[in-house]
Amino acid sequence: MKNYYYDHCASTPMWPTVVETMTELMKLHYANASALHRSGAEAMKLVDRARSSVAERMGAKPNEVIFTSGGTESNNLAIKGLINQAARTAKHMIVSAVEHASVTECAKQLEAAGVRLTILPVDRLGRVNPKDLVSAIDKDTVLVSVMHVNNETGTIQPIREIGQAIAAFPHVKFHVDGIQAIGRVPFDWANDGVHLYSGSAHKFGGPKGMGFLLVKEGIDLTPLLNGGSQESGVRSGTHNVPGIVAMSQALRLASESMDSRREKMYLLRRQLLSIVSEIPELVVNGANGEGEREITAPHVLNISYPGMRPEVIIHMLEKHSILVSSQSACSSKSLRPSKVLLAMGFDADRASGSIRISFGDEHTEEDVAVLGERLRTVVAKLKPLERNDK
Amino acid sequence: MKYDLILVRFGEITIKGRNRNRFETMLLTQIQMALKAMPALEYVRGYARVYIHLNGESYEKVSERLKDIFGIMTFSPVISTKHDLEAIRECALGLMQSIAPAPATFKVSVKRGWKQYPHDSLEMNHLVGAHVLRNSPGLKVDVRNPEVELKVDIQHLSAYVYCEVIKGAGGFPLGMNGKAMLLLSGGIDSPVAGWMSMRKGLKVEAVHFHSYPFTSEQAKEKVITLAKRLAYYGGKIKLHLVPFTEIQTKLAQAGQDSLIITLMRRSMLKITERLAEENGALAIVTGDSLGQVASQTLGSMNVIGRSAALPLLRPLVMMDKQDIITIAEQIDTFSTSILPFEDCCTLFVPKSPAINPNLKLVEKVEAHLGEEFERLIDEAVAGTEVLVLKEDGQETTEAQKEDAWF
Repeated sequence: MKNYYYDHCASTPMWPTVVETMTELMKLHYANASALHRSGAEAMKLVDRARSSVAERMGAKPNEVIFTSGGTESNNLAIKGLINQAARTAKHMIVSAVEHASVTECAKQLEAAGVRLTILPVDRLGRVNPKDLVSAIDKDTVLVSVMHVNNETGTIQPIREIGQAIAAFPHVKFHVDGIQAIGRVPFDWANDGVHLYSGSAHKFGGPKGMGFLLVKEGIDLTPLLNGGSQESGVRSGTHNVPGIVAMSQALRLASESMDSRREKMYLLRRQLLSIVSEIPELVVNGANGEGEREITAPHVLNISYPGMRPEVIIHMLEKHSILVSSQSACSSKSLRPSKVLLAMGFDADRASGSIRISFGDEHTEEDVAVLGERLRTVVAKLKPLERNDK
Repeated sequence: MKYDLILVRFGEITIKGRNRNRFETMLLTQIQMALKAMPALEYVRGYARVYIHLNGESYEKVSERLKDIFGIMTFSPVISTKHDLEAIRECALGLMQSIAPAPATFKVSVKRGWKQYPHDSLEMNHLVGAHVLRNSPGLKVDVRNPEVELKVDIQHLSAYVYCEVIKGAGGFPLGMNGKAMLLLSGGIDSPVAGWMSMRKGLKVEAVHFHSYPFTSEQAKEKVITLAKRLAYYGGKIKLHLVPFTEIQTKLAQAGQDSLIITLMRRSMLKITERLAEENGALAIVTGDSLGQVASQTLGSMNVIGRSAALPLLRPLVMMDKQDIITIAEQIDTFSTSILPFEDCCTLFVPKSPAINPNLKLVEKVEAHLGEEFERLIDEAVAGTEVLVLKEDGQETTEAQKEDAWF
């Protein structure tokens, strides 16, 4: 039976040409790009070309692109790299309440080391209010980190407004985790007032183990990894030449086709939304159809079945060949509610029962119709088993 | 502001009497080549100017590119409007109000290309100026020294309104003044010398001397990167890669350590002169700047320069290093130039190179090397590899294969 993969937020299928490119490069360009000989120089040329290509797609300069091993590293490098650069005393950072673990865990580690941490609340849609942010800034604030698109709900943060607000405080740098946004939501590196922007290749049809961090010219970061001084000394480690080139190609493909893919994904999201609204047991977390382009990314819909454990729904759907995710890191015994949904003001019941459906290029309206039908079947089967603790 | 067209004014070429038409055609072709990625653009020629109709293409993109085309003196983004009075007035006001920061003084200059227009220029100056004044508190007229000159050009089909004047790269259209060979070392100076030559209308072909294995592949890559950057300004660039190892090691064993640089430089000029002859170039451009290093003292320039009969053009000769660096940064070659790969000139550098070499002695050493030296120069010329570089790559099949990966 055909598998319906609805977990694009977790990882996307690679573009077939990118797989070819990467395979070919692994065969041909195995030399170390830092080597002095000709093969090394050729490999380095490819790295440089990939860097220019990534820069062009992101609207950045080539020297603003640092290649990393993925989103988690990019976020860690941005946050720790910047905080460790700042004066030892009196450091303060601000992160939103809905960040990815690679940002929140970083922040917590730094807090344990003595950095003051402010966590910014979000509204019912999961959005930060730039005014709250401005009032949280003080003279010691070094860094603000707010993600572009939330990985659980697809909510878009008002990045430009935040960037403009922060511009009034030259001592504050603005990091944006753009991992879910790239190839799906427009971004203006030159004008949005962002200083650091993280990307991950496998979220836009590239290989796993590759990412990048954009760093505005003139900002110094303390490296996480020391060694052979690759990437201007900010990120040592032998260049992953096939991965780097593959990522740049995937980024080109994703950016070039973004407008049409966006339209299609919004269409599917609306279709799914109308199916869900006809199933009374299910509720939508985050944006519905109103003003969707401002508020939500096109590729995610987050729903809850209050009173039903998400694993049960996920496994039931899986039996029907539909692959979706819950976002809670749940074990079989404990059931932890989603921090993102709690921050958005939902109760533990709803926050514990959420399901994330995320789609991509391969999906059609027929596929979504199949998904809707099976969702209905599963809910009908589970209905008699609803827990009603209240 | 949404602009409809760009008015491009030509520079120095307008002074050249009879050849003006040919030069303007040349420049127009170069503009079209540089903007060929935007096929919707339309070009209409006027006297010493060209109008580029944007037809929906981005003004910012076009203007970004125009700034780097030689021979353009200035250009202005223009709004076109219907030519009834009210339309012109509203358009003029809208444009004035879009200027940030708001100017304190202005004047209006109306030109009437279409003489059937019901108001004459003077009347129009007044009619448009008064409308802008009425609606812009704080703005005053200053006809002698205005901060902004608001221009209205009334033609038969529509009226054009503009005020911004952007400085172009200046100079002559590329190739208008012939062709020269450029000694391209990989350092900071030579790309700047190349850019300045191209700006003065010279087509350049670059010559680079490499001493593999004493220099690295990366040093060669660096020069290729620089040449590609020059190709952004100069269309295609031919890069001659001359194998210099044999000559260099020979000279290093001549027993005249302090003269090595002088001898090397002289042989480079001899080789370049041969390449110039083969390629129809009439001068050699170098990045020499007086007194900068031992080979660029007046004494050295004298002895080195005598080895070639072609004119030696040294655009940077009287410039300070900092000024050269400023241009290198502007033309975006600096960051490549400072990459730490040795070129052939930094090798074999003696502890104390001659700053005032003795011409007689130099000629004696060369005579002593005799026929073998001539043979090595022939071999170097024969072994020269030629790459044709474009801004975005190299014209080879290998490069085309690589294109599939990006």
